[in-house]
Amino acid sequence: MSPGRVRSALRRPVVRDGVAVGVATGLYGVSFGAVSVAAGLSVLQTCALSLLVFTGASQFALVGVVASGGTVLAATATAVLLGARNAFYGLRLAPRLEVAGLRRAAAAHLVIDESTAVATAQVDDADGRAGFWVTGLAVFVCWNLATAVGAVGGQALGDPRAYGLDAAVGAAFLALLWPRLHGTVPRLVALGAAALACGLVPWTPAGVPVLAAGGVALLVGAWGRPGREP
Amino acid sequence: MSATALWLAVLLTAAGCYALKVAGLSVPRAVLERPRVRRVADLLPVALLSALVAVQVLADGDRLVLDGRAAGLAVAVALLLLRAPFLVVVAGAALTAALLRAL
Repeated sequence: MSPGRVRSALRRPVVRDGVAVGVATGLYGVSFGAVSVAAGLSVLQTCALSLLVFTGASQFALVGVVASGGTVLAATATAVLLGARNAFYGLRLAPRLEVAGLRRAAAAHLVIDESTAVATAQVDDADGRAGFWVTGLAVFVCWNLATAVGAVGGQALGDPRAYGLDAAVGAAFLALLWPRLHGTVPRLVALGAAALACGLVPWTPAGVPVLAAGGVALLVGAWGRPGREP
Repeated sequence: MSATALWLAVLLTAAGCYALKVAGLSVPRAVLERPRVRRVADLLPVALLSALVAVQVLADGDRLVLDGRAAGLAVAVALLLLRAPFLVVVAGAALTAALLRAL
């Protein structure tokens, strides 16, 4: 794109928003990169996660379960279950994006919290489509660059505990959880899941307490009285 | 975990997460639009993330301990209440734990 076209594109508010969200989100890829190498993954594995998985919470989950000594199965299952929300984002996005074939294959990879938020916040369909692509691509580029910086930097640091990187993982999960705690039901589910996981730690192999706590969502969601749809 | 096992986890997770993203854009709406399915999907990240917080902060092998990580989490809560950005929250927690250990 010529500089002139870039300038005129950036005059569109939705494009500006998308780029801003991309940069802000991408930056915290630094913390992912550092935490991932601290958990024992190589720089290459850490960068592969950001390139191929490209959904933050799942990446942190995999690394967290690995750090606590869980199995491949526990780490993968936790990460994939957390990625399930992206399927529901896709449902909401599909009518707006109207993509098929290769474009759908590419769009799918960019279906994450941020691209969905910007795309669905637009009133106009064309703005929604632009918001999705701009945000998704901006986050993808920034997230991967920041991951590499964090991974290389984290490796140079030495003992991760001396820098409190183990405490950073819990804080990262809390920050990801925070915006989802609106209303009584999610808060009770959060408390129940945390309590159950803690209760299981002495009795089950690493990784199992978290997966079992996922069952709390299953119980409350499937057996609770379905509320009115917002 | 060995390097091979880690690569397996990375690739399986990538395949699983991508399959879910494609499914969302491809399946007929009626399949996923049931209220119960929706509610489980909304609550699943809440349950998993809060369990991850608890285990990451309190578990040490098969024991529960209160150490610098818990202090870091308390600082993270305070920063989130002050609406600090993600990176500040994470760095604040790390710094708190590091300072406590350095004392």
